Amino acid sequence: MTAVKPPIAMLAELTHRCPLSCPYCSNPVQMAVRENELDTQVWTRVFREAADLGVLQLHLSGGEPASRPDLVELVDAARDAGLYTNLITSGIGLTKKRLDALDAAGLDHVQLSLQGTNAAMADRIGGYRGGYDRKMLVAEWVGEIGFPLTLNFVVHRQNLAQLPQALAMAEKMGARRIEIATVQFHGWALKNRDALMPTREQAKHAGRIVAEVRERLKGRLVVDYVPADYHEDFPKRCMGGWGTSGLNIGPDGQVLPCHAAQSIPHLKFESVKARSLAKIWYESEAFNMYRGTGWMQEPCKSCDRKTIDFGGCRCQALAIVGDAAATDPVCSKSPHHSALQLQADAHASSEGSALIYRLPPEKTVAH
Amino acid sequence: MKPDDIPCLPRGVRLHNDPVRGQWVLLAPERALMIDMVGHAVLSRVDGHRTYREIVDELAGSFDAPREEISKDCSGLMDALRNRRILDVVK
Repeated sequence: MTAVKPPIAMLAELTHRCPLSCPYCSNPVQMAVRENELDTQVWTRVFREAADLGVLQLHLSGGEPASRPDLVELVDAARDAGLYTNLITSGIGLTKKRLDALDAAGLDHVQLSLQGTNAAMADRIGGYRGGYDRKMLVAEWVGEIGFPLTLNFVVHRQNLAQLPQALAMAEKMGARRIEIATVQFHGWALKNRDALMPTREQAKHAGRIVAEVRERLKGRLVVDYVPADYHEDFPKRCMGGWGTSGLNIGPDGQVLPCHAAQSIPHLKFESVKARSLAKIWYESEAFNMYRGTGWMQEPCKSCDRKTIDFGGCRCQALAIVGDAAATDPVCSKSPHHSALQLQADAHASSEGSALIYRLPPEKTVAH
Repeated sequence: MKPDDIPCLPRGVRLHNDPVRGQWVLLAPERALMIDMVGHAVLSRVDGHRTYREIVDELAGSFDAPREEISKDCSGLMDALRNRRILDVVK
């Protein structure tokens, strides 16, 4: 096995609290409560450890990171440590004053989420009335201050028709980038496949729109596109390969190879409270379990694409096939591929399913 | 790139000397690009003042290589970065 390289990016989930309750939230179904969140001091230490380990990019996320009263201090600490700081936010909880303070602290980039291109859609999907109008105001302030902006539009069957409007919106806002990310079906989203799964036709159409706009707006707007996974024939290279380039830290300090990793029950995660980030990255069982190619079974083991996609997503293999070391069933070489395609079509043609919104973290620690 | 174009690194893009990997990295929104010595020689001259022509002249003076070759490398890198909104041209 080749030597393990240092990570490039770290996602810091500062809190699981969020004013929105999107039905595809990437937070685990079992969330960390506020009482267990790391404090400013511990995060500051972790940012320094991350920079020493080789992390270059820090993504401050949540839940809603603006729900942390110490967000400005945290950005300040991250920049002090030498990290490139990116704020991933719904905009809710940000004021002009707070954005000015984030600017002074050295925040490098803002990624603003979009649930829809009008209030009716966005507020229904986000489960938060007034959220869309507030977000538009935040986008204006971001533009006034001059933060580089990425718009992040999470798409699914219910809002994919708004894709052209979202692209026009990104252009109008002067965003440099837009991410069109089809919902990844883990955690909360797994409960909502009947309501959210795009149709095959929609997915194809979205691909054509993206290709056209990439050509038309070349050099003006960068379009990153995450296609509808279930309809593909090759799995995605999840996290650039397990334990290869990125890591996540949960609000309570648990260090995870990806944000959904807690859905794999046999993995044991370590906390920055007990061990240094470097030890966890290089030595912990959870990171080494699916690193490289040694863990693979057939058809991955003898596949010429094994170092291209690393067998796809471990969490998806577990969720669909029941074995985290199996080939991601999205792959056409998986014996479960055709069943998944049928399943995807069934989800996509399901009618009348209500959205199951994410629930907030429990108020108190359960004993 | 045209000779009188003035390239600049837009806000949110910066060169970073990475002590862990012992190399230069170009940090940009959601991107970290490892930069080799040639890349660094080019990008460290991108300051929002020097024109493309001036940058190529300087590089031709400091490197023992034909100007055309340097210009080709230079515009190749800058065009690729421009398409990804990591490098802009001053208006």
